[in-house]
Amino acid sequence: MAGPKYPGFDTLALHAGQSPDPATGSRAVPIYQTTSYVFRDTEHAASLFNMERAGHVYSRISNPTVAVLEERVAALEGGVGAIATASGQAALHLAVATLMGAGSHIVASGSLYGGSHNLLAYTLKRFGIETTFINPRNLDDWKRSIRPNTRLLFSETLGNPGLDVLDIDSVAGIAHDAKLPLMVDATFTTPYLLKPFAHGADLLYHSATKFLGGHGVAIGGVLVDSGRFDWEASGKFDTLTAPYSGFHNMDFEEESGTRAFLLRARREGLRDFGACMAPMTAFQILQGVETLHLRMPRHVESTRKVVAFLAQHPAVSKVIYPELPDHPDFSLSKKLLPLGAGAVFSFEIKGGRPAGKAFIESLRIFSHLANVGDAKSLVIHPATTTHYRMTDEDLKKAGITAGTVRLSIGLEDAQDLIDDLDRSLKISQK
Amino acid sequence: MKLEVDGKAAYAYTANHDIDPAKRSVVFIHGAGLDHSSFGLQSRYFGYHGWNVLALDLPGHGRSAGPALKSVPAMADWVVRLLDAAKIAQASLVGHSMGTLVCVDCAARHASRVGRVALVATAYPMKVSDAFLGAAERNEYSAFDMSTIWGHAPQVPLGGNPNPGMWMYGDTQARLERLAPGVLHGDLKAVNDYVFPGGVKCPALFILGRRDVMTPVRAAKALQDAIPGAKSVVIDYSGHSLMAEAPDATLDALIGFLNSGTEP
Repeated sequence: MAGPKYPGFDTLALHAGQSPDPATGSRAVPIYQTTSYVFRDTEHAASLFNMERAGHVYSRISNPTVAVLEERVAALEGGVGAIATASGQAALHLAVATLMGAGSHIVASGSLYGGSHNLLAYTLKRFGIETTFINPRNLDDWKRSIRPNTRLLFSETLGNPGLDVLDIDSVAGIAHDAKLPLMVDATFTTPYLLKPFAHGADLLYHSATKFLGGHGVAIGGVLVDSGRFDWEASGKFDTLTAPYSGFHNMDFEEESGTRAFLLRARREGLRDFGACMAPMTAFQILQGVETLHLRMPRHVESTRKVVAFLAQHPAVSKVIYPELPDHPDFSLSKKLLPLGAGAVFSFEIKGGRPAGKAFIESLRIFSHLANVGDAKSLVIHPATTTHYRMTDEDLKKAGITAGTVRLSIGLEDAQDLIDDLDRSLKISQK
Repeated sequence: MKLEVDGKAAYAYTANHDIDPAKRSVVFIHGAGLDHSSFGLQSRYFGYHGWNVLALDLPGHGRSAGPALKSVPAMADWVVRLLDAAKIAQASLVGHSMGTLVCVDCAARHASRVGRVALVATAYPMKVSDAFLGAAERNEYSAFDMSTIWGHAPQVPLGGNPNPGMWMYGDTQARLERLAPGVLHGDLKAVNDYVFPGGVKCPALFILGRRDVMTPVRAAKALQDAIPGAKSVVIDYSGHSLMAEAPDATLDALIGFLNSGTEP
């Protein structure tokens, strides 16, 4: 008998989570544009509400189209399951709200997307959850910052915008020694370039708006659980291991073991906070996921060409990309990201803010907007946009200066992109 | 529910209900390397529909202290001692895979304690391939791969999970990874070595998956023939993990079977 074999990534990207529609035979994932689902009878209704039967009740909690996306991303990441959310930010909030309440503490990388930094530094603080931001490259900082009330270690797989590569194995080890989970924002790497769970991360999420969708037409997030963290053994997570009066005194870990986190996140987080994904959005993001394995190599290939061009350009003082030998995480990148360090990177333009302004306004192919991971190439000036609420000190910690420009390399002809950059750089230096 | 059996911690999920002597009782017994949560939906249903439920973790699995037991008869005897600890005189037993052998062994050797048995995905003899046993003995991850892939119908990785948003392969892998080294091998060896004594007289229902590659439908025939009056339900689209792959069909079969009895 031949040994067992898992389907490959490309096959899962196209098929996981969906059987041809039993009602119509539809091969494509149908868009179940419905709020609710007819019960067979009152007994069936009661069983669905009480989690005695699997199925859908109300699309804020689950929806057949959304469930396909959730299962597909879970399959690509190697998790036990996933929950799709209204945005990546909603995924982060859902994770935090599921794990902890007022009086808790998070240790987070200081090199986060500005929106994540805002949530942790300001908004959650208002609700009694404190965050200590640290240098993600300094393992001692991770260790030192853990307090008795810490409930989560959190970082991006590739920091924003300095592209700090997270040493997932080491930080996960620190987290697990403290009986804590590590969650990563894996948006920049996607499961095609990196599988964080294989390196010890316990939870991850994506802004599906970015590479998973890839087309820039839909906002969404996906929160995935590895199912490997033992909440009961940790003893620090009452939300998962103590009776919850909001659901018939359910002890989620007792009820479902490996699925405890997702069960509470769905049954409380989606129920009460309501930041669910719409079925049309799930369908649109699925269209992107189906070609992720084709798009990411091209993103990386073009990025490498653009990086090589910029690295020798006289108007550029520095290019920040982990595959360059002068990047602090060059070796780690080779180990964790052999297929490529993504398609988002930063560079420093000579001439500071005026040169940056002239450069961005001269570009013709690159679009100046607040997004990354689109099929179209994008550019932004972090200090005045995505990270504008950060203090100068926090900006410095995140590796951002007035001259930092962030590019997201799309799927256009690479030479056209290089020509666009070259022309605009020349204009910027006049 | 936390119990004590043989001086060690034993755990059984009760669907958040206390044991009520006035109710009938049903015990759910998981398969190799798994735990009580594999019967999550089904055990919860019965707990909220008038039954005492004990979805147990065998020693060394889930929340029950180890070491794991090395033979099916030892597991069956332990189940009886668990019933003693819970002060339950008689219960119907629902087993999955390895748990089915525990059920029939209990029913054969402790007949007065067993009302009826429902056997979800079973075979007799339940022979395990040398490759699977060897990988498990060496604690190789490939044993988890075999358990995961052969433990589901071939369409599972390419199809939808009835439980929204969940990935069955990932869930099985995560559960197996929580096992102490050697537990999966001990379970597999126990079922491989098991000799059925015969003599089961109680009502029995076989719930089988047409696409089960681990315990194919035909492999249950010897056991079906050995239990007089046994009934069978074959679920067309399911593999070995019927509780996850076909949760409603499995539950419906259990409801029909268990509720038709009058045993205490």
